[in-house]
Amino acid sequence: MNEQNQPSAEVVPTGTSDADAVRLDQGHIHGEGGYPEAFENPGLPPHTPRLTDIDEAAAKRAERQIAGLFTLSIIGSILFLVGYFTFGVDARNWFPGVGVMSTTHLLLGAGLALGLLGIGLGVLHWSRTLMPGEEIVESRHHLASSDEQRAELADTFVKGVEGSQINRRPLIKYSLGGALGLVSLPILVQLVGSLGPLPKDDLYVSAWSGLPDENGKRTFSAPRLVLDPENRPIKASDVTIGSVFHVQPEGLLDLHDHVLEEKGKSSVIVMRLDPGDFADNDLGRKARDWGHDGIVAYSKICTHVGCPVGLYEQTTHHLLCPCHQSTFDVTQDCKVIFGPAKRPLPQLKITVDDEGYLIAAQPFMEPVGPSFWERD
Amino acid sequence: MSTTASTPRPADRLREADQPAPRQVDGLTAWIDDRTGAAPGIKYLMKKVFPDHWSFMIGEVALFSMLIALLTGVFLTFWFDPSMAHTVYNGSYVPLQGVEMSRAYASALDISFDIKGGLLIRQLHHWAALLFIVSLNVHMFRVFFTGAFRKPRELNWVLGTVLSLLAIVEGFAGYSLPDDLLSGTGLRAMQGFTITTPVIGSYLVYFIFGGTFPGTDIMPRLYSVHILLIPALLLGLAIAHVVLVMVHKHTQYPGPGKTEKNVVGYPVLPIYAAKQTGFFFTVFGILTLISTFFTINAIWVHGPYDPNATTAGAQPDWYMGFADGALRLLPGWLELDLGSFTLSLNVMLGALVLLPLVFIIQGAYPFLEAWVTGDKREHHLLDRPRNAPVRTGLGAAALTAYGILMFTTSNDIMAIKLHLSINDITRTYQVLIFVLPPLVFWAVKRICISLQRADREKVLHGRETSRLMQSAEGGFSELHEPLNEYDRWHYVSYEPTYPLLEGETGSDTPGVAGSGRKVSKARAAFSRFYFQDSINPVTPAELEAAHHDHETHEVIEASAEPREQIEAAEKH
Repeated sequence: MNEQNQPSAEVVPTGTSDADAVRLDQGHIHGEGGYPEAFENPGLPPHTPRLTDIDEAAAKRAERQIAGLFTLSIIGSILFLVGYFTFGVDARNWFPGVGVMSTTHLLLGAGLALGLLGIGLGVLHWSRTLMPGEEIVESRHHLASSDEQRAELADTFVKGVEGSQINRRPLIKYSLGGALGLVSLPILVQLVGSLGPLPKDDLYVSAWSGLPDENGKRTFSAPRLVLDPENRPIKASDVTIGSVFHVQPEGLLDLHDHVLEEKGKSSVIVMRLDPGDFADNDLGRKARDWGHDGIVAYSKICTHVGCPVGLYEQTTHHLLCPCHQSTFDVTQDCKVIFGPAKRPLPQLKITVDDEGYLIAAQPFMEPVGPSFWERD
Repeated sequence: MSTTASTPRPADRLREADQPAPRQVDGLTAWIDDRTGAAPGIKYLMKKVFPDHWSFMIGEVALFSMLIALLTGVFLTFWFDPSMAHTVYNGSYVPLQGVEMSRAYASALDISFDIKGGLLIRQLHHWAALLFIVSLNVHMFRVFFTGAFRKPRELNWVLGTVLSLLAIVEGFAGYSLPDDLLSGTGLRAMQGFTITTPVIGSYLVYFIFGGTFPGTDIMPRLYSVHILLIPALLLGLAIAHVVLVMVHKHTQYPGPGKTEKNVVGYPVLPIYAAKQTGFFFTVFGILTLISTFFTINAIWVHGPYDPNATTAGAQPDWYMGFADGALRLLPGWLELDLGSFTLSLNVMLGALVLLPLVFIIQGAYPFLEAWVTGDKREHHLLDRPRNAPVRTGLGAAALTAYGILMFTTSNDIMAIKLHLSINDITRTYQVLIFVLPPLVFWAVKRICISLQRADREKVLHGRETSRLMQSAEGGFSELHEPLNEYDRWHYVSYEPTYPLLEGETGSDTPGVAGSGRKVSKARAAFSRFYFQDSINPVTPAELEAAHHDHETHEVIEASAEPREQIEAAEKH
């Protein structure tokens, strides 16, 4: 046991500096040789008055400074009002050090800032120079109540429970438990049940499977690939090697409602590679076969968390997602070669129609976008 | 009001009828007290003492910026329309005229361009929100590193933890509302990581978004969360937080005259109240200056949200950075293919597990530390961070991990600005997240211990005076001047600590360590981890020995080493 662990506030120093020194190689020796275990709190150091406490001229100066800051605040507020009523919302002017910017934004901002800072700094200066500068001591009491009071509280609870007889009457206890458990359900069911529809097959289909009719049914009709946002079909011959197009299925951009919802699943990126650039493996061959003459189409929705994969490096044939930097290799069927995504971007099988326009040969064969639990 | 005259004089009788001149304030206090009986309570509050220190101001910045965000937020609700209905923009911002967009985005543009002072309010709102979360975090660091979370303030620490979680959710909901390209991309990522929740993920997002992403329900829903649900919780919890501060009375830094049983500082009236008022206006003023001259969230730059469009360098507001950074670091192979199910740990761990985990660890820390130290006493005097080397090291390591995740959010911008490969940067961070925190822990702990040793040195040998003395033999030595008792108290006023030993029935100090309960092996091990390198304060005996016997310096320092050595020495 270590008596030297004890707090020592009550130990009064009995030794003087003339007492024999303690050899520390004898180990910790506290309370012997006349020394307390720890130093005593010397108490508050003597108060040093501020200049403004002893020199009336300094106090007067502080008073003027404070009043000056408050006056600045008044000027700021007036500046704000003048700015508000003098200039139109679209007025723009050149301001030194700032350049051309909205006149009202600058005048209102500067005026309000001055109005607030004048008061703020003035009051702070006041509190530091003229208000009483001596710290005072308030005593702190143990937070806990007395043992009796705590016991009384516990008794109150015990008596309350006894008075309700809930423990003596199990019929009430268990039926109430059941009722309370059940009554939360209606509220929860209303909320959760009415928030939104069930996903059903919505994650598996896109506008490439056809746009929904009145009954929400989609029928595949080999849609043309159209440019987004120009809404123009693309001739295979217009897609030169190295080019990259952002496309949607024909008809989507003519919709009035749910355009964003359909785009969120149907956005596709089209690139043309030299057919020889595809990797000489199963992945590369599949990518090329699902394309047309080196033109390939892939879902633009990242398989990580769904950002549009918007950056294409022509020389390496890599697609990069700007959100979390997943990198997909187009020559290997958009396999992930870097970053946090796991699955390749789904490929859209394409071909050309009689007039030479690119069309979808089949819808996406798997859900596009981020992974989810019930996805295969 | 002299009533102490011992011998009544005839003239006193005349004065008896004299009443002090009635003051207006008497009438006011009487009116209030008649209806509330609150006179003593209000008087107590007005005379309450608050200690003064610059670091106590950080929490006030958080409180004030929250209030400013609330105030400006109310203004914004008068013009903002949280609707996904289509509209064609015809406001005064020329580049977007004729563009199809949602009412939400169009009204946010109107606030920025067509409502006088609207941009100032919008900028103030965003800057105040950012400052709120920054200052809230820095306030939390102050509380952590000074040990202010110890008993009896654990509950308030938990309240603060909940506040900080709510604050970032509130921030996310807020910057998702304008429906510009960036905010839509943020929502898209949110939908993308929520859908990875095992089993219920797809149901969850269809409920949240009311169907296919993005749908038209999300904006009004986010809006009611952002302006009603979370602000009410934030305000209520913030009030509870401040009330608890008053109930506990504020902690104070150790120093001469300051004890566990007192509060040294300034009373509410007039000083503390004046300082708070002045400070509120100053914070408001500085935020206004920033909002005037520095644009945050220029929603007009990238146009309306389009699932097919994106910008390079997309990143969330800074406080969501650590979660986004984790998403960038987690490797793709963590997505597991479980037959007909998919478990996307690569997304889940960063987005759905990390956030709650951070806040659970944060909220639990005071209880963990109390268990390790076995300390059940109240603490109102703060620790200097150096006097709790292990806690300071742990905090620094946690901050390092957080910082790495946050910086990872900018890996693409770093790659561009520094002309480095983004792959190299990301891989470096993947290594650093494991290597750097332990290193920082070790380094910070050692630095703390060195500072403690320097403190001991200063107490034992006094401060260097820069005055040289030449001895009779011709040797030079520097004069050291002993510290006065006030300065010395600064360095010695902390409690010595020792590791609990296995099987021990706790320490003798009342309230410390399971009195009568045997210390378990695990607890003893943790206690050793915390305290085996403790450097304890100089005792009067040590100081005296240092004065008398300059050859024992080494011995003095050795005596501050672990308790085992001390006990070994005692046995001999």
